[in-house]
Amino acid sequence: MLLSLHYDVSGTDFTCAGEASGKIKKALKELGFPASLIRNVAIAVYEGEINMVIHGGGGVIDAEISPECVSVVLADQGPGIPDISLAMQEGYSTAPDNVRQLGFGAGMGLPNIKKYTDEMIIESEVGKGTTIRLKVFVK
Amino acid sequence: MKISEIKSILNADLICGEEYLEKEVFTACGSDMMSDVLAYVKEQAVLLSGLVNPQVVRTAEMMDMKCIVFVRGKQPDTDIIDLAKEREIVLLRTSYEMFTSCGLLYKNGLKGGCGL
Repeated sequence: MLLSLHYDVSGTDFTCAGEASGKIKKALKELGFPASLIRNVAIAVYEGEINMVIHGGGGVIDAEISPECVSVVLADQGPGIPDISLAMQEGYSTAPDNVRQLGFGAGMGLPNIKKYTDEMIIESEVGKGTTIRLKVFVK
Repeated sequence: MKISEIKSILNADLICGEEYLEKEVFTACGSDMMSDVLAYVKEQAVLLSGLVNPQVVRTAEMMDMKCIVFVRGKQPDTDIIDLAKEREIVLLRTSYEMFTSCGLLYKNGLKGGCGL
């Protein structure tokens, strides 16, 4: 293990959404990972972080960085996702209008996390929260 | 194309990032929807947007973009400017609308990526 990182994500301050993703991106850059891997991880975590603020009421992000793989767990205690396969469809969104006005809510968040990662597991329980586990391998 | 040429073509004001104006960029994209930028954009170095909030800078940061052009004369606040300075991203502001801004840059050689 090269590095473990932990961040708390506010569920109320949309302006800070992306702070944790930016820090993970910076850490990967300093460790000398390839630019394409760094961008894939950054986009996936950023999408997850945005989701956490929009839907999850905030949460925690834990990243484990090894020479072979970057693993990130994003966990919130929000309302949960009733139908994960529906939420994974491109274009499906439950984001409110105020979020759309900020440039998000196109229904691309979860599909995008899948697109930019090698492994993505979503566990969600209605009323309890959602956890996303993602991995990007160093090729 | 240098970022300084984008500034000149769009008759744009420099908001921050003077030290990076001589950086070369080859591709750009225009969108007010950050979700789409994150989903569809690849390797573009310049983002044109009429949306003004910190997430525009953060989106550009995640995508390794070098310059954001705010169209329609949109002025970012100091928090957004500070965020861009920290991330070494040039901010420009033009009074041209999105369509005109993109058209002028495309006509002058900036491409949309994917060879187009």
